[in-house]
Amino acid sequence: MGVPDMKVSRRAVLSTGGALVVSFALAPSLAGAAARSAGRAAERSLPGSLGSTPMLDAWLRIDAGGITVFTGKAELGQGIKTALIQVAAEELAVQPQAITLVTADTARTPDEGYTAGSLSMEDSGTAIMNAAAQAREIMMRLASERLRQPRGELTAAQGAVIAPGGRRIAYADLLSARTLHVRAEPRAPLGNPAHRRVMGRSWPRVDIPAKVFGERAFVQDLRLADMVHARVVRPPSYGARLRSVETAPILRLPGVLSVVRNGSYLAVVARREYQAIVAMEALSGAASWEETASLPHQSRLFADLLAWPSRDVPVGRRGRPPSLRRSHAATMLEAEYRRGYLMHGSIGPSCAVALFDHGVLTVWTQTQGVYPLRSALAGLIGLPESRVRCIQVEGAGCYGHNGADDAAADAALIAKQVPGRPVRVQWMRADEHKWEPYGPVMLARVRGALDAAGHIAWWQYQVWSNTHSTRPGGARELMPAWYLERPLSPPAPSPLPLPAGGGDRNALPLYRIPSLRVDYRFVPKMPLRVSALRSLGAHFNVFAIESFMDELARAGKFDPVEFRLRHLDDPRALAVIRTVAERFGWRAYRRLAGCGKGFAFARYKNLAAYLAIAVEVSVDRGEPMPRVLRVVAAVDSGEAVNPDGIRNQIEGGIIQAFSWTLLESVKFDRTRITSRDWASYPILRFSAVPRSVEVVVLNRPGQPFLGTGEAAQGPAAGALANALADAAGLRLQDLPLSGDRIKGAMGS
Amino acid sequence: MIRLIVNGRPVEVDDEPSTPLLYVLRDTLELNGAKFGCGLGQCGACTVLVEGAAVFSCVVPVGDLAGQRITTVEGLGTRERPGALQQAFIEEQAAQCGYCTAGMIMRAQALLERNASPTDEEIRAALEPNLCRCGTHLRIVRAVRRAAEARQRAVASGVSSLGRAG
Ligand code: FES
Ligand code: FES
Repeated sequence: MGVPDMKVSRRAVLSTGGALVVSFALAPSLAGAAARSAGRAAERSLPGSLGSTPMLDAWLRIDAGGITVFTGKAELGQGIKTALIQVAAEELAVQPQAITLVTADTARTPDEGYTAGSLSMEDSGTAIMNAAAQAREIMMRLASERLRQPRGELTAAQGAVIAPGGRRIAYADLLSARTLHVRAEPRAPLGNPAHRRVMGRSWPRVDIPAKVFGERAFVQDLRLADMVHARVVRPPSYGARLRSVETAPILRLPGVLSVVRNGSYLAVVARREYQAIVAMEALSGAASWEETASLPHQSRLFADLLAWPSRDVPVGRRGRPPSLRRSHAATMLEAEYRRGYLMHGSIGPSCAVALFDHGVLTVWTQTQGVYPLRSALAGLIGLPESRVRCIQVEGAGCYGHNGADDAAADAALIAKQVPGRPVRVQWMRADEHKWEPYGPVMLARVRGALDAAGHIAWWQYQVWSNTHSTRPGGARELMPAWYLERPLSPPAPSPLPLPAGGGDRNALPLYRIPSLRVDYRFVPKMPLRVSALRSLGAHFNVFAIESFMDELARAGKFDPVEFRLRHLDDPRALAVIRTVAERFGWRAYRRLAGCGKGFAFARYKNLAAYLAIAVEVSVDRGEPMPRVLRVVAAVDSGEAVNPDGIRNQIEGGIIQAFSWTLLESVKFDRTRITSRDWASYPILRFSAVPRSVEVVVLNRPGQPFLGTGEAAQGPAAGALANALADAAGLRLQDLPLSGDRIKGAMGS
Repeated sequence: MIRLIVNGRPVEVDDEPSTPLLYVLRDTLELNGAKFGCGLGQCGACTVLVEGAAVFSCVVPVGDLAGQRITTVEGLGTRERPGALQQAFIEEQAAQCGYCTAGMIMRAQALLERNASPTDEEIRAALEPNLCRCGTHLRIVRAVRRAAEARQRAVASGVSSLGRAG
């Protein structure tokens, strides 16, 4: 049983440290109000996701079948499975092979919300580490009683507790089914960070073999008995209404089982996948739509963004407002930076399989949040949540909120029409390009002044952007619901709360600046569909801040690295910067013609991983693409569980951020998205990726997990822009950086 | 009925001749290796070998392939006997989400069959048609180089083969 669902209260008795701890093993939802609020106060102090799921047996099961660990987080290609297994293996004193991990499934695992925000290690890793340590301690005490040996003389190893003479009791023999049905303690007897066996080692990822041998690894690979294939005919543009469609000829096509029409929602079901595609194309040809020109002029997008009504969110205020006695400011600069809409651009279009059987809906989905999706689907289909189960199965990398949840909605809507048969829906490439929610448009204005000593005296930063999350929530966020006969409309957007923030994520510089004012101009109007893209606003804000830092350094005639160091106090920030400068050979760097170097630093969300990066590029007159010759990065994400997994994530984050920064911006006309494939929305290919990327992991054993997945996006963008400025003597403030902009700027 | 030789085994399929090979492999033959990425010949997720050459299986009609030898990543080896590239991709941990991986391996396989010791530049050039959104490119290049080296060592010591079927 993953989630406790007891009907009556019971008491579990657990002896710890000589004291008798009585814990009321109530399911939180059944507890009385008083107990609940008292419990809440206690649970707030529980580490990681134990705070919301405090029972140990929600996380761990140990029996004759082995050790099973449960996480509410999802494998997204970031390697979380392997890292969580390592954490559990460390604290349970077993080899990682001894552990089976069950990931996000509403019937089996804790509710850990979304797998997002680089929080999986902090939430789930911390919970599992503490739960495993407490379970080990419980087993040690039980063994101490059974073996009549003092606790201090026992050791745990290889799945057993061992006494000095060699007598041993296997974990499974110490526990009954309910022994671990106890509430977590705020402080677990965690293993000594100086003696790690499994954590801190580059354990090979457990998910990779299935992927290289062509085993069933992805939701796209599911083949259930009697499964049929569906394709959706998406409208040609946002808000388009289906005027008419003739379905009779479609029903006569080979393999077609049914056509689903519900308002402007149109789909076809066929026996085989390619039959569904052929039928979808025919159905699309048979449909006529009414479209509206609801999109802004792309060429006026940034002027529009500034003109649209906005709501002010104060992000940071420090010191006295600047008196602007300019005579005191040795140097004063200002700049404006812009970024268009960016695509997640998953290589595998979104996919889901759904089965509606005897009033129960089961959905296999690549969602980042099985529980939020379950409530959204329950609302969409009109079922109680108890009759909907969402099971996460890996898809292609998503990098945030892409089409995954909508594809699950498609599968659910269509499965309802063909009860008893599993329905597999995969989006076509153009569906993914045109309908995924994009990373929002952004614009920042920065002003800053250096004092006579070359310190930043004041800083003013304003960033305009939409919300950076429209995740479900409820059914209203599911895009297919907007086209039904009785359409739902998305709720009014709101800014994500600080300190993590959304459009204002990392808008506050970490640098020591005595007088500062940072504001988020939150723009509710969002003519293009937008949501969370890896790192949210941090990609752009760090790009802008780090570009401007270089401008200030140049104005003050400081080396960019020295300039950053003199505005930072946090020793961990200094350590990543110094490490990179040294490994890159920053000081001794000799510039060849056409080459340049750039540096950037940020602490993700100003409260998570520290990352510094140096980049060397070369630019060739007349060539639209710069060459990235060399990249060196250093990351401190707290205790490193799987250093190679961290390197993999950071390398990938850097290359992806280079692609966004150099090449990408969604194209549209007044009615339609025109970036509909990889030709109209190119991304970085092998010829343009860096020649080398070196990532140094600064491991901090015993320190909290800080997460890794999004740390590189902003610094990579900033360092690349700074390297281009250094190489070509030009400062590019509009993303993407490559192409005609470089050529144009160099020609002038 | 169309006859094919898939991973060394003769098979007959009853798909319409216009059906792209990708759907025959995935849907009819229930192989997972070739992936749908774009259906447009733009991303390489669907890459397989036809008579030893890398092709986009999403745009090749199965009717054009009668009697031909087709290799997917399943044909290169198994967990017990991995192909050189499969082994190297694991050793280099050359995947993040891994959705592009099988296509990358197949395109690399075609390269190594015609060029046993490619330079990094040649590897990059050969892999140019295949996209990876996770940014695993440099590990993929390293894995291909590692496989080439392993294969050269194997040839030198008299053991053969890049993978099994082909
Ligand atoms: S799926 Fe065949 S090239 Fe993209
Ligand atoms: S590893 Fe995810 S697309 Fe390449």
